[in-house]
Amino acid sequence: MSGANWQKILSPVLGIVVVGVLWEVWVWYMQWPTYKMAAPSDIGPAFWRFKELFLQYGWQTLWRTVVGLLVAVAVGTFLGMIMGLSRLMRDALYPLLVGFNAVPKATVVPVVALVFVGQHDFNTILIAFMISFFPIAVSVAIGLSTLEPEYRDILRSLGASRFTIFWKIALPKTLPEFFGALKVAVTLAFIGTNLMEIVEPHGKGLGHLFESGRINSDYPLMFAVLIALALLGILLYYVVVVLERIFAGWAERNPT
Amino acid sequence: MTNLIELKNVKHAYQTPAGPLPVLDGLDIAVPESSFCAVVGPSGCGKSTLTRLIAGLMFPDEGEVWLHGDLVRAPRATVGMAFQNPVLLEWRSILRNVILPLEIVAPRMPEKKRVARAEQLLALVGLEGFEDKRPSELSGGMRQRASLCRAIVHRPEVLILDEPFGALDAFTREDLWQTMHDLRVEEPFTTLLITHDLRESVYLADQVVVLSGRPAATQYVLDVDMPVPRPIDSLYEPAAVEMLATLRHQIQIAQGRAPAQEATQ
Repeated sequence: MSGANWQKILSPVLGIVVVGVLWEVWVWYMQWPTYKMAAPSDIGPAFWRFKELFLQYGWQTLWRTVVGLLVAVAVGTFLGMIMGLSRLMRDALYPLLVGFNAVPKATVVPVVALVFVGQHDFNTILIAFMISFFPIAVSVAIGLSTLEPEYRDILRSLGASRFTIFWKIALPKTLPEFFGALKVAVTLAFIGTNLMEIVEPHGKGLGHLFESGRINSDYPLMFAVLIALALLGILLYYVVVVLERIFAGWAERNPT
Repeated sequence: MTNLIELKNVKHAYQTPAGPLPVLDGLDIAVPESSFCAVVGPSGCGKSTLTRLIAGLMFPDEGEVWLHGDLVRAPRATVGMAFQNPVLLEWRSILRNVILPLEIVAPRMPEKKRVARAEQLLALVGLEGFEDKRPSELSGGMRQRASLCRAIVHRPEVLILDEPFGALDAFTREDLWQTMHDLRVEEPFTTLLITHDLRESVYLADQVVVLSGRPAATQYVLDVDMPVPRPIDSLYEPAAVEMLATLRHQIQIAQGRAPAQEATQ
């Protein structure tokens, strides 16, 4: 492995270690009890005690978030296409979407939990989707509506269909914006999943583990859940980064 | 020789909230097969509308647009276009950018033939060795060369150029003018060039059409009687200088800055 590659791995690891040590020292120096702030040395054992639950619930949270995201991508792309390609639909849908997005999803969570009572997976996916599709729809709409008219003229003068223009030009051109929005959507979807998991009494998932930590005054467990969520967030984020490299790597300019 | 492009008394107006805004009002242009016509005129006089009419992307309110003996009623694949903005696709290599029209016009053409055709054109405009580069890795002049290749890769009858050299520096522009002459020797297309550059029009074209200010009508037609391909020095010959003076005067009339009766010299 070359020096540059070592540096790529070493510097983030070093960053995490330094922050961890500072955190530990800080808590020790302030003499904080765990209910005020747990130190990394408390969180490790908490992970160990609940290791099976962490795996089981972590997986639950992960797949619910991913499914919610997939639905958000499908619906968001579809709405974005409609709004990006038709002026009329943009005017008709935009205020609706903005209004829908402006409603704080934390207030929607109890409503959904009541409407679909007991449907834990469905509820969680629904909230993850609702909170994360908006940036995708907007970015796709903007990407499509800012297409240079010359492209359209060149292809249409050759007799290309609307679908061909969309497939060959509009869609690939929108990909960089789409992936930018997807990175935002990933973190949003996690918020949605956890909001629902915390509220639902039997819903399982990391949110549920967090809530049981609160009820049992197991504060290190609550902090451990936060760390687990951060890890899942990092994992999904980098999955998106890899997908972006594969499908929209051309948008990265080499500094030559 | 037949006229490949023919516009007969074309009139067109855009519908605006303030009422119809006429842009073309009695436009007559006739371009014989495989000749080169340049259209000059004051800015905002409807030159780009003209390109869209010929490409079949729009239809005139009145008058007729003919291409190769057919009335234009729909877009046709026998047209190639290049614009001031080269609009190359960043996710495709230069070669794949040039091939794009073939994917639409000739979907059954074997890949080998497509590549060979694109490589041949790229070599012709001096882009040999740049086939695999991304558009952003090329200079503005090189991108415009690639854009020209894309415009003619499917062997169109008509090449429409909408100020393709407008954004280039003077030296690059003169290089591309030469390239245009080189291409004309190899490829049998009929060209309509929209430009603001009178030197460009005289150097490249067989006839220069001067449009009046908006709404545009054909105001003056100049036949450029010089053999092609032309060396760049031909622009400094007395005949060319005189043509430039005539055109400049016509533009001033079109802009309303010189009285029209002087036009007849």
